[in-house]
Amino acid sequence: MRLNPKVEQGLVKAGLQVMTAATVFILLSIIVFILRKGLPVLDFSFLTKNPVDMGRGGGIFSTIIGTLVLTLVAVLIAAPFGVGTAIFLTEYTWENRVTRIIRFGADCLAGIPSIIFGLFGFILFVTKLGFGWSVLSGGLTLAFMILPTIIRTSEEAIKSVPAAYRQVSFSLGSTRWQMVTRVVLPAALPGIVTGIILSIGRSIGETAAVIFTAGSALHLPTSIFSSSRTMAVHFYILAREGISMSNAYGTAAILVISVLIINLLTYYLMERFIRKYS
Amino acid sequence: MTTAIAVREFSHFFGSLQTLRRIDLDVLSNEILGVIGPARSGKSTFLGALNRMNDLIRGSRTEGTIEIKGKNIYDPDINVAELRRRLGMVFATPVPLPRSIFENVAFGTRLSGKKNGARLVELVQECLVRTSLWEEVKDRLDTSALKLSGGQQQRLCIARVLALRPDFILLDEPCSGLDPISTAKIEDSLRLLKRDYTIILVTNNTKQAARVADRTAFFLNGELIEVGPTDKIFTAPNDQRTDDYVRGRFG
Repeated sequence: MRLNPKVEQGLVKAGLQVMTAATVFILLSIIVFILRKGLPVLDFSFLTKNPVDMGRGGGIFSTIIGTLVLTLVAVLIAAPFGVGTAIFLTEYTWENRVTRIIRFGADCLAGIPSIIFGLFGFILFVTKLGFGWSVLSGGLTLAFMILPTIIRTSEEAIKSVPAAYRQVSFSLGSTRWQMVTRVVLPAALPGIVTGIILSIGRSIGETAAVIFTAGSALHLPTSIFSSSRTMAVHFYILAREGISMSNAYGTAAILVISVLIINLLTYYLMERFIRKYS
Repeated sequence: MTTAIAVREFSHFFGSLQTLRRIDLDVLSNEILGVIGPARSGKSTFLGALNRMNDLIRGSRTEGTIEIKGKNIYDPDINVAELRRRLGMVFATPVPLPRSIFENVAFGTRLSGKKNGARLVELVQECLVRTSLWEEVKDRLDTSALKLSGGQQQRLCIARVLALRPDFILLDEPCSGLDPISTAKIEDSLRLLKRDYTIILVTNNTKQAARVADRTAFFLNGELIEVGPTDKIFTAPNDQRTDDYVRGRFG
């Protein structure tokens, strides 16, 4: 029996609304929960002081810096390699068995649990290459972890640039590289940046891969060979060892807020960029 | 009139599919050569062979030669980017790049990295004037080219090609998506441009060839059936198939 189209339309709409509302509610309640537990702990000195007594007292300054530096190293390494690979796969080679294998490999890597990357990074960077527990080892490991995501999102973004743009660019006498830098990349940038933001989010929130490779030293990192603790690792240790739940929630709140700020900032910059190019 | 492009025994293949069959054709300086023929007759492939845009398609292969000023453009030492600047191309669908009107016209010049600011502004103005677009856009050169109408976009694409200072202009069904008024404007531009450029106009619209072309070439199944003065092609062609096509009996 067919439902009356109007009734069907109403039911479908109501169903979809419920799903959307449930999703938003769950997300919001997580954020509200963390902020309610975390915000009361926060004051200016929580941001500017280093942890004292394993994190029972003091602030989380060194872990904020640790997070920033580690993420920065990871993105600075992974973004050029990832975008470069995507450009090669889409613009510099025909689709063939090799490109399909590379793509399949990237998809598989993207699905590997981060703790495996941590173990790999520990064996390769920390012990074999002798970088020790350090910002460098952690950054490289995170870079490996986010590389597949950056490759695949960049590739999709580049592929979605109309073929006609490439044709026009070539017909006006551009070399392939000029076509890539002046036409394809500007048009694909919003998609590429979205992929990088996702990766930054993953890096900031990562614990398993980082704890094995960057260690968990509480002091401020002084070079890329210093061991360093990120906010996520700090939160994990505070909560897991029962050192200080309130400081753990404070750290969590800062984590959530910084991811929020990064997203807002990037969207703002992208908006300006898009306006300039269209 | 002197020969500007000499096509000799030129064949083209996409993989195992032969798309042009031993074409022999001279393009004369400062003429408008109309190229007509039904769909899949090879006329667009012919155009793409002249500026080597066909190279970009996977499995593209050629035999024979195309000489411009005595130099085969398929020689290995040819700079293809430079070649494409000398044979500016206008496509069937106008494709403005997602940037301002000014930057669209300046695009090719910026690629070669020559012109300084003041001369570039002059050049852009000159090209927009020659395509009679200047009066319509002079107050909004820095706005997005995507906001222009279809006809304006196509004239912008022609201006963008003129800014390359090419020797040839290749047009691939440039009016197929345009209304009669926009089409008339573009045909007027072509007649004016003939003084300075050699123009090859591929068109689905035989009447358009009759209106603007000095000579017309008729392609069928990858073969050049015949080429001659437009009047002759349309009134007393040598080949029965040409006659059938221009009279609208097939195609």
